[in-house]
Amino acid sequence: MNPTLRAARLGLSRGWIEFKQSLRNSQDISWNIGVAVIILAVLWWQRGSEVNGVSLALLTLPSLLGMGIANGGFVGAAGTLSYDREDGTLLRAKAVPQGMVGYLFSRLVTITLTTLMSFIIILPAVFFIDGLTIDGFGVVTLIWIFFLGLLATAPWGAIVGSLVKNSTSGWGLTFMPMVALVAISGIFYPITALAGWIQFIAQLFPVYWLGLGARSIFLPDSAAANELGGSWQLPIVALVLTAWAIVGTIIALRVMKRMARRESGSNVEKRRQEVMQRGY
Amino acid sequence: MGTDKQVSPQTTIRVRDLQMRYGEKDVLKSVNFEAKRGEVVVLLGPNGAGKSTTIEILEGFRMRSAGEVEILGQDPAHGNEQWRARIGVVLQSWRDHSRWRVRELLDHLGKYYEPYSTAERKRPLDTDTLIGLVGLQEQSNQMLASLSGGQRRRMDVAIGLIGNPELLFLDEPTVGFDPKARRDFHDVIHGLSDLEDTTILLTTHDLDEAEKLGDRIIILAGGTIVADGSADQLAREASSKAEVRWTQGRKRHVHPTSDATAYVRKLLADNPTGISELEVRHASLEDTYMTIVQQHELPQPTPQQTKGGKS
Repeated sequence: MNPTLRAARLGLSRGWIEFKQSLRNSQDISWNIGVAVIILAVLWWQRGSEVNGVSLALLTLPSLLGMGIANGGFVGAAGTLSYDREDGTLLRAKAVPQGMVGYLFSRLVTITLTTLMSFIIILPAVFFIDGLTIDGFGVVTLIWIFFLGLLATAPWGAIVGSLVKNSTSGWGLTFMPMVALVAISGIFYPITALAGWIQFIAQLFPVYWLGLGARSIFLPDSAAANELGGSWQLPIVALVLTAWAIVGTIIALRVMKRMARRESGSNVEKRRQEVMQRGY
Repeated sequence: MGTDKQVSPQTTIRVRDLQMRYGEKDVLKSVNFEAKRGEVVVLLGPNGAGKSTTIEILEGFRMRSAGEVEILGQDPAHGNEQWRARIGVVLQSWRDHSRWRVRELLDHLGKYYEPYSTAERKRPLDTDTLIGLVGLQEQSNQMLASLSGGQRRRMDVAIGLIGNPELLFLDEPTVGFDPKARRDFHDVIHGLSDLEDTTILLTTHDLDEAEKLGDRIIILAGGTIVADGSADQLAREASSKAEVRWTQGRKRHVHPTSDATAYVRKLLADNPTGISELEVRHASLEDTYMTIVQQHELPQPTPQQTKGGKS
């Protein structure tokens, strides 16, 4: 087998091994449980409220799915890359023949599975929210929105993760903008309630479109009346996400290549000293 | 997949007029040395002498400013994956791969080397043999996070060796070790000479360590190589000056000379009686090292703390 292809396969198995490690890790488990409890509490609390005859919780649940894709891609990629640079995981990959190929594929797997995991933990919500529907067309839509959404967001996270000095800023510089975008993108309450210029800004970014796409999958067609323009606009969802994916991938490959070239033992050692000094 | 053609199969490392400049600061002015196949070469020098910079350039992890470098017949700045497969780098681990188990990680990393196995050099090394070599048999199913500092360092060596490298790099391998861990680590390195034809280049600022491990010691100071040879050679070269000490009557005498034998012969001929406690003391390697380092460090202004960390 061609060594590059072989390394890609090794990367997939590495991703799977590390995902399983995360399932057994108490820190990761408690993080997942914590997030699940908060989200389920919000949905439980929203159950009673209605927007144009649709339960607010029913609107929020699919929107959360869209948000989860953007979050898993953008924040996930930035966090994992900045962390792996900081502790030398990436440098080890660089010291192994075709190791960078393996590393890249392993992270595709861990980011995908971790994002899926963030959906699984909020599944209990389907037991107390009525009216969720999905048909065959919806399943197909779900699959392409999931992967295209990750492709549209993860490269931008990788760019941030390649440029930041340490893992703390890798997390901070992506998480805060994500919170801001979620606030204006109609995830927890309808975007139609917001000012026109805010709606405009929200529509420039993938979070809004991912939320919209996800709602189109799980809500009855009648609910489209609540959206901007009164329809699901799936072709535009695809277009916006594709544009973000293409531009992001082109830039990310360049930035990552430059970053990888600069990794060395003394850089990792320097970061270790910094982490020791600030104590986390 | 065959190995690359080499100009001389005996020369593993060839460095000619290597220079490295960060901004205005010349870290390496002109570094020249070679290493032959199977040699254990120690790059010795005070902190900040440019040891890490040199080794990282040789590893292909850092671009040089000028000069020629050939590692296993290739320029590390353009080393391909096939070249990478022939080299082992022992990195300082910290918290990376902390959830992996010892054998699991070695098995996984070894698989990357399988396509580069040749008839004369099997890749990767057998995991269990390797675990035995670095003395981690009892920890083989432990997570890396649970290893002690010394064990973790031995794991680093194992990772560096998994691809059965023709050349192994170790940068300051025992920094921060207690004496016991240091001794254990030295034993591991001595054990490596059993491996077929593995050239080893390691850096240290510890003279004792250099003397213990190196077939050859290269002293780097002030951005250039100031001495190159076995520990004995270096000591001998530096000890062309010796001190002759003796007691005559009640008085103790000390006389520095470049020809101790001739001086002693004359001393005894001139004083058939009355000379006692005669000793000839040659400069030790440590004296040599301190002299060399002082010579090369004093004329320079104090190196200011650069953002690049240790170089």
